[in-house]
Amino acid sequence: MIGFLNSHGSELIIKTWEQIYIAGFSILLGVIVAVPLGVLLTRFPKTAKYVMSITSMLQTIPSLALLALMIPIFGIGKLPSIVALFIYSLLPILRNTYIGMAKVNRNLVDAAKGMGMTTMQSILKVEIPMAMPIIMSGVRLSTIYVISWSTLASYIGAGGLGDFIFNGLNLYNPSLIIGGTIPVTILAILADYLLGKLEKRITPATKRSEA
Amino acid sequence: MATAKEIVSFKDVAKIYRGRAAVTDVNITIKEGEFVCFIGTSGSGKTTTMRMINRMLEPTKGTIIFKGKNIKKYDPVKLRRTIGYVIQNNGLMPHMTIKDNITLVPKLLKWSQEKMDQKARELIKLAELPENYLDMFPAELSGGQQQRIGVVRALAADQDIILMDEPFGALDPITRDNLQDLVKHLQETLGKTIVFVTHDMDEALKLATHIVILDGGKVIQDDTPDNILQHPANNFVKNLLGEERLLQAQQDTLSVGDIMSKNPAHITLGKSLSEAIWEMSRHHVDSLLVTDDSKKLKGYIDLETINDHYAKDLSVSDIYANNLIKVRANSYLRDTSERILKQGYKYVPVVDSDNTLIGIVTRASLVNVVFDAIWGKDELENPEDANLPASITEGSEKA
Ligand SMILES: Nc1ncnc2c1ncn2[C@@H]1O[C@H](COP(=O)(O)OP(=O)(O)OP(=O)(O)O)[C@@H](O)[C@H]1O
Ligand SMILES: [Mg+2]
Repeated sequence: MIGFLNSHGSELIIKTWEQIYIAGFSILLGVIVAVPLGVLLTRFPKTAKYVMSITSMLQTIPSLALLALMIPIFGIGKLPSIVALFIYSLLPILRNTYIGMAKVNRNLVDAAKGMGMTTMQSILKVEIPMAMPIIMSGVRLSTIYVISWSTLASYIGAGGLGDFIFNGLNLYNPSLIIGGTIPVTILAILADYLLGKLEKRITPATKRSEA
Repeated sequence: MATAKEIVSFKDVAKIYRGRAAVTDVNITIKEGEFVCFIGTSGSGKTTTMRMINRMLEPTKGTIIFKGKNIKKYDPVKLRRTIGYVIQNNGLMPHMTIKDNITLVPKLLKWSQEKMDQKARELIKLAELPENYLDMFPAELSGGQQQRIGVVRALAADQDIILMDEPFGALDPITRDNLQDLVKHLQETLGKTIVFVTHDMDEALKLATHIVILDGGKVIQDDTPDNILQHPANNFVKNLLGEERLLQAQQDTLSVGDIMSKNPAHITLGKSLSEAIWEMSRHHVDSLLVTDDSKKLKGYIDLETINDHYAKDLSVSDIYANNLIKVRANSYLRDTSERILKQGYKYVPVVDSDNTLIGIVTRASLVNVVFDAIWGKDELENPEDANLPASITEGSEKA
């Protein structure tokens, strides 16, 4: 362990950073696209069905295959990895946003409209805040998927902690494999923890003790 | 009130869903300051009719005029900010404090913070809740308290008309009663116009100044509560009101003159006692009302008194009693019947405005009319009364 850190310490930091970069970017894109899309879909329930099944289908493509499919389009490196992982992150966020929005008490939406909120005001001030816990659990789920799958990005030359693991596999070097796996696990746990904190902060209180 | 302005009027309005009419031929006029109740069975179109007023629904046919202008000319969002809206289960935002809930519309209208704070304090007082509730969340209040906030919130931007859709349906009877008093206060004291959907006739009769009865999407009757009670349009309305209320209502407007017997046995002051006895035997009664020559009521005289004081040269004017009660012909039965019956008078003379004797109300005739509805059967038990000599003195009161 100490030996691994001595010989690969600085490399570890760089690879971890790459991993965070790839995963973080994918998730961020996923949130930016999937949350508004999920909200939009609640206004078009008929279209929603089709969009949901398309994203579900994308989800079923094996991850290595999806990464490989990116190569003819985007070449190798970080860009194709981010695109592929972004596609994976979409479904849980989209589905949870859609469900979360649909589950908001119709009475409240009716009251919001009846008191004179515009559709946008109702979405931003009432519906999204109420749906926040469900949306956030989608984001957390996506984040864990994407962090672990981003290990595979090394396969198409994106770097990251996957480099250790693949090298370890090639060289029959267990300490390299473990040295890559443990940080990935820690990253996933840490990300989930931080998102949990974030969720608490952005989910509005409904009791004073929670405020 | 007499010349109150129209605030909302429906002209031949219909709402049709996929070929099925939810409401049709609606013609209603709502005046400023009225408390209008829409009442009817489930699915009769109450909510549909109400929601067309703030353009939550658009009529399929017809026009709605709001404050003198076709409702379509208003921007729906701006229109809704001028119309209070209260729904069942209060519709308070669970993630906003009571204060933020109350000032939701003022915030949309971009009021200053100061003005909003002041409004919040004013309205929490109106809701009769302590000021520190402003910082609480809805989940920390009881259902009744939440709905109090729901009601006063509808006034936050000084709306002068408020729509309420079965606002108290989910509350227990006592809480509901209190909230009914609150909304009645808003209408009576603050002059708000209230449109109130309910399927509870007691609630409608307690609150409304104007009732619109709906059935199968049509307006069956549109009138004041009194007129509806007096002249229910059809059997549907009668059923909705119920037998008991109709009976009660009938008594409510019967006057003493309606049930009195005319030409009661009477005698004038100047007549002799023997003439009085002869009159009594002619009418088979044991007492006579006493009038002067112009038929003004003076008192009464009964057989017992005549027996005690009999002397040839005495006249009625010497021994008649003048301590009698009498009623005016135009007074309402509901105001007098209880007094007459409870005090045990056998009958009461009826006079007009200048004390001229015009009739008599006997206990028997009263009982016929009032019997069932006012006290029910068990309270009117004075079986021996029927055999005792009729008397109009107060002395016959039962111990
Ligand atoms: N969106 C809709 N689509 C189709 N039909 C509707 C719709 N909304 C209401 N209706 C129909 O219109 C009729 C009137 O409905 P409305 O909600 O106005 O009744 P209501 O008098 O308020 O009843 P309740 O006392 O149950 O609330 C009903 O037959 C209902 O089924
Ligand atoms: Mg309804």
